[in-house]
Amino acid sequence: MTATFEHVRPSACPACNAAPAAEHLAELPRDATLMLSLPGIHCAGCISGVEKALAAVPGVREARVNLTLRRAAVQAGPEVTAEALAEVLERAGYEAHELDPGVLATTEADRQGRDLLMRLAVAFFAMMNVMLLSVAVWSGAEGVTRDMMHWISAAIAIPAVIFAARPFYVSAWGALRAWRINMDVPITTAMLLALGTSLYETALSGHHAYFDAAVMLCFFLLGGRYLDHRTRSAARSAARELAALEVPRATLLTEAGERVVVAAELAPGDVVMVRPGGRIPVDGVVRGGQSELDRSLMTGESLPAFAGPGTEVSAGEVNLTGPLTVEVRAAGRDTALHRIADLVAVAEAGRANYSVRADTAAKMYGPGIHVLAAAAAVGWWMHTQDMRLAFNIAAAVLIITCPCALALAVPAVTTAASGRLFRRGLLIKNGTALERLAEVDTVVFDKTGTLTTGTPEPVALEAQPEAEMRVALALAEASSHPLAVALARGLRARGLRPARVEEIAEVPGFGIEGRWRDQPVRLGRAAWVGAEAPDVTATFLRIGTGAPRALTFTDTLREGAAETVAALVAAGKRVILISGDSQGAVDRFAARIGIAEVVAEALPEDKVARVAALAADGAKVLMVGDGLNDTAALAAAHVSISPASALDAARTASDMVLMGRSLAPISEACVTATVAAKRIRENFGIAAAYNILAVPLAVAGLCSPLIAALAMSTSSITVSLNALRLK
Amino acid sequence: MDILGLLIPVSLGMGLAGLVAFWWMLRKGQFDDPDGDAHRILRDDYDDKPKE
Repeated sequence: MTATFEHVRPSACPACNAAPAAEHLAELPRDATLMLSLPGIHCAGCISGVEKALAAVPGVREARVNLTLRRAAVQAGPEVTAEALAEVLERAGYEAHELDPGVLATTEADRQGRDLLMRLAVAFFAMMNVMLLSVAVWSGAEGVTRDMMHWISAAIAIPAVIFAARPFYVSAWGALRAWRINMDVPITTAMLLALGTSLYETALSGHHAYFDAAVMLCFFLLGGRYLDHRTRSAARSAARELAALEVPRATLLTEAGERVVVAAELAPGDVVMVRPGGRIPVDGVVRGGQSELDRSLMTGESLPAFAGPGTEVSAGEVNLTGPLTVEVRAAGRDTALHRIADLVAVAEAGRANYSVRADTAAKMYGPGIHVLAAAAAVGWWMHTQDMRLAFNIAAAVLIITCPCALALAVPAVTTAASGRLFRRGLLIKNGTALERLAEVDTVVFDKTGTLTTGTPEPVALEAQPEAEMRVALALAEASSHPLAVALARGLRARGLRPARVEEIAEVPGFGIEGRWRDQPVRLGRAAWVGAEAPDVTATFLRIGTGAPRALTFTDTLREGAAETVAALVAAGKRVILISGDSQGAVDRFAARIGIAEVVAEALPEDKVARVAALAADGAKVLMVGDGLNDTAALAAAHVSISPASALDAARTASDMVLMGRSLAPISEACVTATVAAKRIRENFGIAAAYNILAVPLAVAGLCSPLIAALAMSTSSITVSLNALRLK
Repeated sequence: MDILGLLIPVSLGMGLAGLVAFWWMLRKGQFDDPDGDAHRILRDDYDDKPKE
């Protein structure tokens, strides 16, 4: 940087010096931070591998992997694109997706988490020290020594509680002002009463002070609050990460030439260019060019459809063979894709009413504690006419009943469970999704893109004559059409070498043609080579005027698909396959993967209707799908999962997202969810048992500070340990 | 019992030192990537210059 300033001549006015330098600065290429999502990394070797692969790319200044978040942040010059880096990593064997760094900026939630952690640390410090001082009192310190211990405890506990318990009393005050009672009201009352009576007792050099209980209460409750915050912020950042995964850009054609813009900035009437392999960014009409479109995400059909001038296209379809110019009809928020996403949001709002067991428990618990404590205080006052004793009893009852273990019961389990599932590659977007997943008894799968990867695989190549296949190989290698690529790979794997075919040319939307031994040869669509279109995915080869030869394809199973289906069936779940693909293709596929119930040629409405019918029959449906045609069904199901390769609308609609390519985490997630639900029930049981044991003691006035401290810490620790068994 | 007058401030001071250390670590972002840091130490390629 200094080098650019050296030639600036010195002048009296600093602004004159600064202006040219600033100009120069503006011209300098600025470093950009690029973010990549790396769902597959897990070890030290991966960190080195990824960082080395990224550092080797020219223009990259620094690359740093964050293993906890499974992300890499790359500092690079403007010539480097995240897309290119993702490709480099894929080649090096690491799965990588581009992320939009703007969406992932450090937010309010991170700051809140850090704030909560600091309060937790202060509460821990105070708890440990006060506890240490209390040991002296418990073991029988008398007179001046006890008073000194109490005074030092007060000096630590009071400021610590004022700082650390802020989230509770702020929330309690907010609730009281609105004439409501929430969980924080009894918590705050308990802490204030405990500190107040203890201070009073200390001033009168009494025996019992609950300073240790007050800070311990604060620490355990903050612990629960922090875990809860982490789970929820993980869900939030998962949603953000998914939003960041989709970076829709479009190549805008203007008179000045081509320009890459963000798809949302396009206006109707603009003309965009979509290259082969690119996803169509807008809704519109084809103006020029011929190609084939992969509409599987929109309709579930695995066969590519022809596109020429006049064809209507929608956002989300993939252009396969030839470049297309598309006139924009609707872009950004107005596309069919987004309208469906909005519909999904409405459908989701209904599901948000699902009430979690913990909340219902808490609603009844809050007033109950107050009534109990007040009743105990009044009873003792009437019995003994001793106000000081009555207040002591009330404080003890509030401390004992305070929902420490209850506050930890659910967050500890969900944290453990979602952490476990995250390590397996499953992101949980919705806080209540785990609880709902535990109830699932029916699993509905979509076919194309979910159980299959969407890439075809040629069948029975060995049965085809070798000479003709060498011609097919030569033709197939000239195209990037998925069928051609798959065919070329299959033939190469058979050990064939391409024949000498001349004048090879791709006819976008139709196929590839050339000349072999002075005969015209064609590889492509049925109608183009003069064959009947079959009901299976196929391409045709015709040599000269001979009969066309069909080369059929089958779908490639997604990694872990067969195992997942088998595991779900073995777990006694009803598995159903619903696809928009043709009856023949779906039946063959279902037989291959082992699914008995099949619905084919289903329109998006059919899928929703089917899921709704199952729900009406009392089934709890887990929907697994990836396409636009699945989104409504995903939102209608009891709980839903979509793969990372799904459209953003589908990912928005689903509760969980698979970050890797494999489907295997699904069956595992079902098991984990069931176990988690069991642990939550156990935790409620444990918390209740401690209360039932300790409350009578407190009401009877037998609860010394030592018993309060023991009951509180053992119940909280048992509950946390029980949750950790999930790992 | 006079020793208490010394020991209590000492133990409090140690606790406070821990608290300040934790606050400092939180500020410096030492908890941003715990998994990564745990694995990074096991890498066999050696960083020959410190990160600035």
